[in-house]
Amino acid sequence: MAFTSRLIAMLALLLAAGAAHALGIFATVPEWGALAQELGGDKVKVYVATTALQDPHRIEARPSLIARARSADLVVATGAELEVGWLPLVLQQVGKSASGAGYFEATSVVPLLEKPTHFDRAEGDVHPFGDPHIQTDPRNIARVAAALAQRMGEVDRANAAFYAQREKDFAARWNAAIAKWEQQAAPLKGVSVVVQHKGFTYLEHWLGLREAASLEPKPGIEPTAAHLAEVLGQVGREPVKMVLRAAYQSDQASLWLAERAHMKAVVLPFTVGGTPAAKDLFGLFDDTVQRLLQGAQ
Amino acid sequence: MSRLVASAVMLALLHPWPASAATDPDLEEIRAQIRELRSSYEARIQALEQRLKEAEARAAATPAAAPVAAPAPPPVAASAPSTVAPPTAGGAPSSGLAAFNPAISAILTGSYSNFSLDPQQYRLAGFLTPDDVGPGKRGFSLGESELTFAANVDHKFAGVLTLSLSPRDTVEVEEAFGTFNGAPYGVVPKFGRFLSAAGYLNEQHAHTWDFADTPLAYQAFLGGQYRTDGAQLRWVAPTDQYIELGGELGSGDAFPGSPRNRNGAGSALVFARTGGDMGESHNWLAGLSYLDTRADARNTSAIAVDGDIGSASFTGHSHTAGAQFVWKWAPNGNPLVHNFKLQAEYFWRRESGELAFLPEGSLALAAAAPYSSRQSGGYVQGVYQFMPLWRAGVRYDRLDPGHVHSVALAPPAFDPERATAMIDWSPSEFSRLRLQLAHAKLANGLTDNEWFLQYILSLGAHGAHKY
Repeated sequence: MAFTSRLIAMLALLLAAGAAHALGIFATVPEWGALAQELGGDKVKVYVATTALQDPHRIEARPSLIARARSADLVVATGAELEVGWLPLVLQQVGKSASGAGYFEATSVVPLLEKPTHFDRAEGDVHPFGDPHIQTDPRNIARVAAALAQRMGEVDRANAAFYAQREKDFAARWNAAIAKWEQQAAPLKGVSVVVQHKGFTYLEHWLGLREAASLEPKPGIEPTAAHLAEVLGQVGREPVKMVLRAAYQSDQASLWLAERAHMKAVVLPFTVGGTPAAKDLFGLFDDTVQRLLQGAQ
Repeated sequence: MSRLVASAVMLALLHPWPASAATDPDLEEIRAQIRELRSSYEARIQALEQRLKEAEARAAATPAAAPVAAPAPPPVAASAPSTVAPPTAGGAPSSGLAAFNPAISAILTGSYSNFSLDPQQYRLAGFLTPDDVGPGKRGFSLGESELTFAANVDHKFAGVLTLSLSPRDTVEVEEAFGTFNGAPYGVVPKFGRFLSAAGYLNEQHAHTWDFADTPLAYQAFLGGQYRTDGAQLRWVAPTDQYIELGGELGSGDAFPGSPRNRNGAGSALVFARTGGDMGESHNWLAGLSYLDTRADARNTSAIAVDGDIGSASFTGHSHTAGAQFVWKWAPNGNPLVHNFKLQAEYFWRRESGELAFLPEGSLALAAAAPYSSRQSGGYVQGVYQFMPLWRAGVRYDRLDPGHVHSVALAPPAFDPERATAMIDWSPSEFSRLRLQLAHAKLANGLTDNEWFLQYILSLGAHGAHKY
């Protein structure tokens, strides 16, 4: 009896070894690519569709993405319509669907903020399911890590225990890092900021920053001179320390405001690779907190 | 919350583990499963805690005068964008029957057009083109409004229906196709009526084009835009380099074919595409296509040897080969401020069979005589976004009427060409206004100066645009 089951186990191992190839992961944005690499180590081959210098709202279904999505075992997306402009097309072209074990959405395990109750495009390019930029709060990364490791284990059963172990290890290091960041960022609580695009909701929520205004008159609409003048008037009436923008955004509007309102223009990496220091997920938040602290001085 | 934990533990305990056969690998597997279970519940509990925290924060923020629960948000099903959500997205499900409504989008287009040449006289020298080919109507005109419905049918099929409402108050089925999602080897079957892969621009809806009208080559070789009723198979190779192969069988009813009363397929098309990235800032696409179709008494307007205007009825084979190239540039791949797109296509067509010429107003039965032709043509265009929201573009069209062997028709003696410039403004990705100027030399002594002022508005579901 024991012999039989051992034999079966060995056969299963042999089969798994025969079919052994790295788990192919197609990540839509750098943060999930970095996370999948953390969890998968050398058992995964990660392709990241976009860089931190690209606006995640404006990605095209270009040929290389179609080719990479075709051979991927697992597509890791943000969801909540962040990739609505290109991912459905890419998946459809390679005969994959946005469901099932081979498709994972990070926002499916994170409670979304800023869910609109009123849907009208006159209000800009609103995200109907809530703000999808969840990666600016490290606690969300932890939630996604747990669910993603589990999903990686479902797609690649042979290495499920490996992924679970790495997730446990990552979670321990990550929670320690969160405690460190929260301690470092304590002086930021209650600090008022202006943002270029409403992309830092979760960051503000986490660190207790106060968003005084947004340079975009409506989400996804480029800053206009009239709106900038309005923001300038507004920040004159209350103490605003800095204006935040993501690495991929044009610096014109925030520099204009920073100069006139005597505040600091702060570039945040927004995702892995956005600044030289944001090499991985840990670097992303190390650098984000440091840049915010410098801006608040 | 504690109930959730309790049920998780219960679930773990009640799971029928075969204790007697618990060998080392089994135990390891059980441990792994428990770990999985634990991590998944931890994530859910964290999510619930977060939600509780938010609810408490909201409750605290609500003024004491209104202690009753906040009014429920308006039913999201009432507004179009919320109903178009893919079922996988983590939004609050809308209630009732509307939850399964397909994604709906509407495109409104219209233009003011000014042509120095009477559109009735529009023709491309040396080419047999269908009657509806041309720049359109003079003055104010409504373009084709489009209505698209799209949804997953079930776990295997998805469907798309696009209706085109013409300004003449007629409704046409522009596209109506299903796709099958579970084919082996990554093959994607499509069936119904769809925009054929006969060209790069051909597969895109008119409202996504960078100019207000079609290239001359599309007018001459594909009758504007080639649609077919039939079936398509396409396959992307599982390689890092993008390679796509595909084929179509169709009714062959559309120009350069014509309706025929026969069993079997009237048209066949094969195509191949490849493309990729060159660094982060550049990417490209190149393709070839070959369309083989038959015409059966295909009527087009034509000019006879003696200069008479009439109609030509062609019966025979038509073979069209196409080549496409697209190159896009954006600094670091971020098209927000500046980007550039270069696009070129060329077509070659060979037709052979019999042609009967009937002078206008004549009722006499024309005798069919042998006809053959070899013709080609193409365009090249570039569009540059010089500042956010603003783009400018130029296009050059040229047709080569090549060789026409026919006793009835005038031999080609003129190469039609056209130069076009446009500028457009897009305050968001849902709207666009465009000004376009063109100077066309269509035939000997036939010159058209055109300008268009066009609007394109997109309502409803957020569509994804092809590369």
